[in-house]
Amino acid sequence: MQVEKIRIEQLRKQFVKKNKMVEAFHSISLQIKDGEFVSIVGPSGCGKTTLLRVIAGLELPTSGTMHIQHHDSNQPLNAMVFQEHSIFPWMTVRENIAYGLTMRKVPPSIKKSIVDHYLLKINMVNFAESYPHQLSGGMKQRVSVARAFANDPEILLMDEPFTALDEQNRLLIQQELLKIWEENQKTVVFITHSIEEAILLSDRIIMMSAHPGTLIAEYEIPFPRPRKIEEIRSSTFYKNMFNEIWMQLKEEVEKSRSMEGMLPI
Amino acid sequence: MNNKIYQKTLEMIPPLSLLLLWELFVLIAVLDARFFPAPHVILISLWEQITLGYYWHDVSSSLIRITLGFVIGSVVGVAIGISIGISSLCRALFEPIVAATFPIPKLALMPLIILLFGLDELGKVIVIAIGVLFPVIIQTTAGISNVDQTYKEVAYNYGASRWNYFKTVALPAAAPSIFIGLKLGSGMAILLIVAAEMQGASAGIGYRIWSAYSLFDIPTMFVALSTIALLGYLSYTVIEKLEHRVISWHRSPQKERDASGKNKD
Amino acid sequence: MIASKVAPISERTSESTVNRNNDWYFRKPVSSKIKYGIPVSLILGWELVVSLSILDSRYLPAPSHIFQALLVAVSSGQLLADMQISLYRILTGFILGAAPGLVVGLLIGFIPFMRMFIQPILLAIRPIPKLALLPLLIIVMGIGEASKITLIMLGVFFPVAINSASGVLNLHQQYIDVARNYGASKYQFIKTVAIPGSLPTLCAGIKIGFADALLLIVAAEMIGANSGIGYRVWMAYSIFDMRMMFVSFIMMAGLGIASTMIIRFMEKRLIPWNK
Repeated sequence: MQVEKIRIEQLRKQFVKKNKMVEAFHSISLQIKDGEFVSIVGPSGCGKTTLLRVIAGLELPTSGTMHIQHHDSNQPLNAMVFQEHSIFPWMTVRENIAYGLTMRKVPPSIKKSIVDHYLLKINMVNFAESYPHQLSGGMKQRVSVARAFANDPEILLMDEPFTALDEQNRLLIQQELLKIWEENQKTVVFITHSIEEAILLSDRIIMMSAHPGTLIAEYEIPFPRPRKIEEIRSSTFYKNMFNEIWMQLKEEVEKSRSMEGMLPI
Repeated sequence: MNNKIYQKTLEMIPPLSLLLLWELFVLIAVLDARFFPAPHVILISLWEQITLGYYWHDVSSSLIRITLGFVIGSVVGVAIGISIGISSLCRALFEPIVAATFPIPKLALMPLIILLFGLDELGKVIVIAIGVLFPVIIQTTAGISNVDQTYKEVAYNYGASRWNYFKTVALPAAAPSIFIGLKLGSGMAILLIVAAEMQGASAGIGYRIWSAYSLFDIPTMFVALSTIALLGYLSYTVIEKLEHRVISWHRSPQKERDASGKNKD
Repeated sequence: MIASKVAPISERTSESTVNRNNDWYFRKPVSSKIKYGIPVSLILGWELVVSLSILDSRYLPAPSHIFQALLVAVSSGQLLADMQISLYRILTGFILGAAPGLVVGLLIGFIPFMRMFIQPILLAIRPIPKLALLPLLIIVMGIGEASKITLIMLGVFFPVAINSASGVLNLHQQYIDVARNYGASKYQFIKTVAIPGSLPTLCAGIKIGFADALLLIVAAEMIGANSGIGYRVWMAYSIFDMRMMFVSFIMMAGLGIASTMIIRFMEKRLIPWNK
């Protein structure tokens, strides 16, 4: 548990937008332990998605260093769950979940048993041969989560995966995620807008400042696992925690609102 | 800024090198100069046509026919399309007629139009108008009947009358689709002018192509071909500029993608 | 007020819509009597107007006469022969145009160097109406089958090439990211993402190409042909046989509708995930 998985030092990312250099984030230093569930919260436009994309290797940092331990080279290093519209409309649910395994040329029989396992976990056995346009938004995100877990990566990266879902579906999928995660304890970096979601799911919450983003606070979430969402939500400790985080986040959101006109969006 | 000029220069290289290659191939007799005269021969022919005075006469004759036919076709087309889109009775009246005549290639209707309206200017303008009419009707109807149900409900909920709904919701929502129809129509007009001026014309770019054909004057034909291509490109560009003016709120799907792209957060 | 007199629900709702004059919202579909009555009465009206000599039957023959001519054309085998030769020209030109169109489009889509080199040329030639190339094609290739098939080939090539390129180039960024994140190789990316992702756009290009082919066959058979549905129209024009001309229109419309249905059917088979 205490082995270091990701170490980031003085990371900085700039990009060019309309012939101007814009800073996405700067001076980010961060250690994430093996098997830790870390959430990143911050006002919109603070660069948290870009940070995740840099960790995923989808983008290169402008400066700074990043070390990620890759224990087993037969196993993929990371898998990402995207915001939405990321499951392929031209593949069935089964083919979508199997995507990473297909890319790694896992033998069909093993692939099938892994996919079947996760179809069961996300309660979608009856939809295995459906195409995405036949599914609801919640189901699509469940497929997206299953696709990431089925690939069995060492690190899971999740970019606001449940933001587009309604409250009821979100609560259920959060519980499902907790259940799957508690079984195999992968390192997770989770981006969210929801303080509640961050507290319920993570071991640690990291807060980013308004644009240009950098780390400003860290909170340890001491709830024991396995967690029950309902129990945590009703505890006083949870409520205090929520308020403490919100008071600080509010400041950042207000700052970012006052600069909204200047944002490169 | 410099970057842009550099980019433009770079884009000019392939077409220019193609022209040079063409010139070279004719010189070393890889290309038959009788069929594919060297670019400089074509330029000389253009210069002769301009100094002899008939080049601009050709361009203006065709332009007048195209413009008249386009305006008539698109005004009638938008009117019929709107009436189909907002009135069930008009739909019942026009839809079978459009459905029966639309699959006939418009070029095939030309002999009928010549017989009914004669070989002179009227016949030519009507040939073009008919060609423009159909894509405009179809795109207008589609645009109006595919208005997002939510917008319709908002208008209804706020007590809009039929005319209000049409003016504030249906027409603006259908505008992008109508402009697609206009663009398709302009392409059709450029194609049909070539056919319409084959017979009973004494000037025009289409006429020049056919007369060059019977005189075996290939350089003149190439001048006319480039002119009609340029005309097609210009008319498309003019409609597109107009579109940006009229519906500045509309974003093309490509731009939307850029805006919601990867560096959003 | 509301409590004092409770009206039946149906009555109340209909009242409120009438009051607000929002019949555009609750649009009643036209009764099937009117829906089918209109086309029928249009044809009957046409027949009547011609038989009463209000319209000149030399220019607009009565539907019954057109139908007779259609039957004659079918039974004499002329219609079938025309269809056959035109379909042969269209399909040959279509295949010869679509196959290289697909290859060039994919080259542009996948290889930046090719894009830089071919795209400007393609964009420069595209605005030339293909019909305008017919005289040049006849001069270069003669008046026989080659020039006709080449014209159709050119008409099909451009929409297929441009759409297959834009299908690849406009792939949603998120799908590309997923493929990269899941470690897809270049070949796997092409097979599992790029090709299925660009199929809908490609199919649209094929539809445009086929519509162009149907238009261009009329032009191609205008000069130096002695059979085919396009030839039949010009023949009818020169001998002033309007019945034959209308029969040709019906044939062309039929061909257009049939080909659209076939392409749609194949599209549904090929792209089952599309809504």
